[in-house]
Amino acid sequence: MKYAFFPGCVSKGGCPELYQSVMQVYPQLGIELEEMTTASCTGAGVLQEKDLRLGDILNAHTLALAEQQGLPIMTICSTCQGVMSQANHRLKSNPEYLAEINRVLAEEGITYRGTTRVKHFIWILLEDIGEETILQHVKRPLTGLRAAPFYGCYLQRPREALGFDETPSRAKSLETVIDLLGAEVVDFPGKTRCCGLPLLTINQPNSLKMVAHHTSDAKEYGADLMVTPCPLCHLNLDGLQSKAAKQNGMEIDLPILHLPQLLGLAMGLEPKGLGLSRNLVATESVLEKIGIRV
Amino acid sequence: MPTTFRIKRFNPESESPQPYFQEYELETEQSDTVLDALIKIRESVDESLALRCSCRGAICGSCGMRINGHATLACKTKVVSLESPDGTVQVEPMNNMPVIKDLVTDMGGFWDKIRQVQPWLQPAGPKPDAEYIASPESMKHLTGVMGCIMCGACVSDCAALEVDHQFIGPAALAKAYRFVADPRDGASDSRLLALNTPGGMWDCTRCMECIEVCPKEVGAMDRIMDLRAKGIDHGIPSTCGSRHAEVFADLIEHKGRLDEPLLAMRTFGLKNIGQMLSFLPMTLRALVRGKLPRSGPLHRAIPGIDRIRRLFRHTRNLP
Ligand code: SF4
Ligand code: SF4
Ligand code: FES
Repeated sequence: MKYAFFPGCVSKGGCPELYQSVMQVYPQLGIELEEMTTASCTGAGVLQEKDLRLGDILNAHTLALAEQQGLPIMTICSTCQGVMSQANHRLKSNPEYLAEINRVLAEEGITYRGTTRVKHFIWILLEDIGEETILQHVKRPLTGLRAAPFYGCYLQRPREALGFDETPSRAKSLETVIDLLGAEVVDFPGKTRCCGLPLLTINQPNSLKMVAHHTSDAKEYGADLMVTPCPLCHLNLDGLQSKAAKQNGMEIDLPILHLPQLLGLAMGLEPKGLGLSRNLVATESVLEKIGIRV
Repeated sequence: MPTTFRIKRFNPESESPQPYFQEYELETEQSDTVLDALIKIRESVDESLALRCSCRGAICGSCGMRINGHATLACKTKVVSLESPDGTVQVEPMNNMPVIKDLVTDMGGFWDKIRQVQPWLQPAGPKPDAEYIASPESMKHLTGVMGCIMCGACVSDCAALEVDHQFIGPAALAKAYRFVADPRDGASDSRLLALNTPGGMWDCTRCMECIEVCPKEVGAMDRIMDLRAKGIDHGIPSTCGSRHAEVFADLIEHKGRLDEPLLAMRTFGLKNIGQMLSFLPMTLRALVRGKLPRSGPLHRAIPGIDRIRRLFRHTRNLP
């Protein structure tokens, strides 16, 4: 199984531990990756606020690069995934629009034929690698650990662009993975809600209210940790959790793990290699619970 | 088919008015909507159950409620289409608005916000003899927004409203767009200016809930993004929101990727240095953990940046 790997800006910026943990887990799972070094940022829905068509042109360029390689794209970020899925959906479902975008790409001698598939790592785990193989790799089952899923908006909505109609299991992918790894799913109301990051620079108090609300809620529901397939959610939920707690007069301290970090722990990998010491909310409590001495 | 309905009840006239859940067992037909089932419950099991409905055909917008956790029209939702692990259908009143009784919410605030955007045509120029005319083609792009039936589902599930009731919300913003983008309207600038204030178009957190729950495919969030783009185009005074979008685009043009520290610095600018400094403790912690993102000259452009820059330039030449 080979993929064109789109790491996204945040795994190379604010959350290097995500990139690090993916590098640890993927070779063992029988995946081959070819990193896309010349693809631009997806625009993250922010560039699209200013110019949607420009966003589609940049993403069509990325999709065309993978098409030339003859590979599907693997993302490790809900936002990268959602933004590219949406662009791909617009291009594939509207031949006139695709032709319009291709006229711009033609100036660079490229065309996008509309054949590239884009998949988040979590979908690859469940759909391409398969539950059985994952189970074979679980060397350290996370028994007794209570994990709250947090998807990120872009991995839940809009359902149509994300292929939920063809593959309904995607709607619950995070619960499925948590369960496979031996941990207990903490189902709480915030799991598909917004982390607040898009508002951080615009309305910080509102953004942090969302962080405080979801992390404290998950804790009240009994979570030992929260796990997310989105590094942008991670930036807010982990990076700004203590600020959010202070603003809202709470104590929260809920460890937030990237999906590959949780997977890596279950695969028996060392916490250090998975970059757990780089998470801002301390993760020692999680490690102790699964019998790793810290 | 036997179905359990778990309904959130609230009676303001009871001795200690507190919301609570009550379960009802009901025999439902294949063709029953949730509204049909609720009416059956009211007619044959518990006449005290309060709900609001009228057309029963997804037209009037009065039966908005939360079914299995998401706002929708009860008359448009078939009971058989619902999946839930224990076969129970959970019905609650809409969120983000006060509950009057059981499933009936107070839509007063909703209408106040719709009124706030002055949802009527404000044409420029001399008055024509008869009506103001627009060609069908020039109005076609507005059919989506004009399909709004004011049901409140988007407002119920809006993540920004959940933390801040001052936010004007998706339905009113979609309505504002309907007039800003109307070729006959002459007040686009003042409308955009009015939305360029706290609680306005920049306070949406882009969660897409409003797109997902809308029974009429209005796509409120997409319309909010259109308003933002129009605002930037019309040169409205910059805010942290508009600068964020502009700086983001500029960084991609120059580096092909994000430069997080630079994005923050340029978005806040000197005017908002206080906000910038409030991130200092977090920045220091990130530094200690060895994960401060590289920035400026240390964070070089991606290989192949020349082509990305040219794509930006080609796009500027487009009509
Ligand atoms: S996208 Fe914006 S307006 Fe729509 S529900 Fe989310 S926060 Fe509210
Ligand atoms: S935009 Fe859609 S969900 Fe919102 S009030 Fe209008 S019809 Fe209802
Ligand atoms: S009863 Fe009119 S929309 Fe449902």
